Amino acid sequence: MSTTDTARTPIVGTTAPEALSSPELLSAPKPLSAPEVEQLRLDFPILAREVNGHPLAYLDSGATSQKPLQVLDAERNFYLNENSAVHRGAHTLAAEATESFENARATIASFIGAADDEVVYTSNATEGINLVAYAMSNASLGRGAPASARFRLGVGDEIVVTEMEHHANLLPWQELAARTGATLRYIPIDEYGALRLDVAAEVIGEQTRVLAFTHVSNVLGVINPVAQLVELARAVGALVLLDACQSAPHLALAVKALDIDFAVFSGHKMLGPTGVGILYGRRELLNALPPFLTGGSMIVSVTMEATEYLPAPQRFEAGTQRVSQAIALGAAIDYLSAVGLDRIAAHEAVLGQRLVAGLSEIEGVRVLGPQAGHERVGLASFDVAGIHSHDVGQFLDDRGIAVRVGHHCAQPLHRRLGVVSSTRASTYLYTTDDEVDRFLAGVADAVTFFGVRA
Amino acid sequence: MQGLYQQVILDHAKERHGFGLAATADAHSHQVNPTCGDEITLQVQLDGGGDGRDGDGIGGSGSGGGDGIGSGSGSGTIRSIGWEGQGCAISQASASLLSDLAPGLTPAELSERIDVFRTAMRSKGTVEPDEELLGDAVVLGGASRYVARVKCAMLAWVAAEEALLQLDAR
Repeated sequence: MSTTDTARTPIVGTTAPEALSSPELLSAPKPLSAPEVEQLRLDFPILAREVNGHPLAYLDSGATSQKPLQVLDAERNFYLNENSAVHRGAHTLAAEATESFENARATIASFIGAADDEVVYTSNATEGINLVAYAMSNASLGRGAPASARFRLGVGDEIVVTEMEHHANLLPWQELAARTGATLRYIPIDEYGALRLDVAAEVIGEQTRVLAFTHVSNVLGVINPVAQLVELARAVGALVLLDACQSAPHLALAVKALDIDFAVFSGHKMLGPTGVGILYGRRELLNALPPFLTGGSMIVSVTMEATEYLPAPQRFEAGTQRVSQAIALGAAIDYLSAVGLDRIAAHEAVLGQRLVAGLSEIEGVRVLGPQAGHERVGLASFDVAGIHSHDVGQFLDDRGIAVRVGHHCAQPLHRRLGVVSSTRASTYLYTTDDEVDRFLAGVADAVTFFGVRA
Repeated sequence: MQGLYQQVILDHAKERHGFGLAATADAHSHQVNPTCGDEITLQVQLDGGGDGRDGDGIGGSGSGGGDGIGSGSGSGTIRSIGWEGQGCAISQASASLLSDLAPGLTPAELSERIDVFRTAMRSKGTVEPDEELLGDAVVLGGASRYVARVKCAMLAWVAAEEALLQLDAR
């Protein structure tokens, strides 16, 4: 059910779009076959439902994935047979619940090539980034000194993000800069949505204390060149946080090979339930970082005056934990590992190319990010001249096709691209060629239906 | 689908009656739909009130424009509603239809019709919009069945409502 760490290699994007002779070259592993996908779909009963009189074509997995029966069963089984609080109490149920909770942590740690105590449960990826930002804020106030000294920020220090960030990896840093007096800077993109590495080399400098960027853009589908960005950060001693929300579900994520300090991702985008996310942090960093949320089950001893905190991960897991969600996320990762992340990535690379190739042929459609034939994940956002994304999405929904519309929590990126909003189709392991083709036909028909505003 | 996007709506979304802003207005409002980033700036011009097109130099584009005309929501009539913004076909058509509806009404009358419109739009299709009061804008009634699109249809009307409140406050 699980793959070995050595079997995973980091997937790192090219610095600029380079033409590929065929989509197959994007990934060596064999994509999932159509019969294999049909077999997998049986585990996702929701995919068999009808919407507005049509079979559902769910092309919004970038927002949240559907959940297989194995995950639903894991959560249900916990409540049926093991429900109890974890890390407190000595009765049998408490011990069993704690074991399942920690086994899930081990599964998740193994999945990303980390040690168990480097994996912190959070409510979602957003909370994971806020945890790091607020812990740094606390360090800046002197909490956790002297061990926390390397996390102190002040006037003259710089935090670097990119122009393509989801608001979740932008606002926490904006706020941290405002609280500490540090300056927030960003790496711009080029017209194809690739990060300007030449500018990055200038933006990242001796003042840079944190570099936070997304592995895969939730709008552009581009895979960022982690190794080159980490190299720039390492040269100046900056900490690196990777937003892996759009990569961890779809590509093998090897945190040690990528040499990053922190990574966050959400459970619900990778077949797991809502309410659980993961923060990975290098052990020595997590143990030097002051707590963010404080309360029960995270302490060594407490007096009325002061408290000694447990090491990671418990020092960041105050209060009653999301036990059923964590256990179900473990089941989701077992499911993904059984299918094979490399084969899922290959399947979605093909779907991503099919999406972009088809969209590029529709008059008035502008694909955001890498163009057809260039590396991208199974996700494509686009603008239709004169037609608002809400109208495109409504037209598709009428045919049972679910896509995302709006700014996808990336307003600065949309502004940079000269659009207010876009329509996004995103795939997963259960997505079929037929669904992509129905979507493409729907977009073409929407263009005809609404016409183009003169 | 055809119920939501009737031809009248598609036509208004393209023609955009009332599109364009004057230098000044008797009242104005800027509204944003945070879920999609769509926005509108809407101006109300009263009969007898000054606007930029008359070049009378009334300062400010806010609510303090038409001094000396003694207008409140109970007196005078609306000469025009102008607007600029961007959004989906529903929101654009809605602003266009509102611009057609408003001229000749008193602020109090328009305010009442905004309430009638809101009631229909929030009804999930259970309240038929009143054609006597809303004119062609009744075609937007189809959007009330699409909960996610009610905000699109309401955007211009909320802007007008806020602008009318500025007149009241004078």
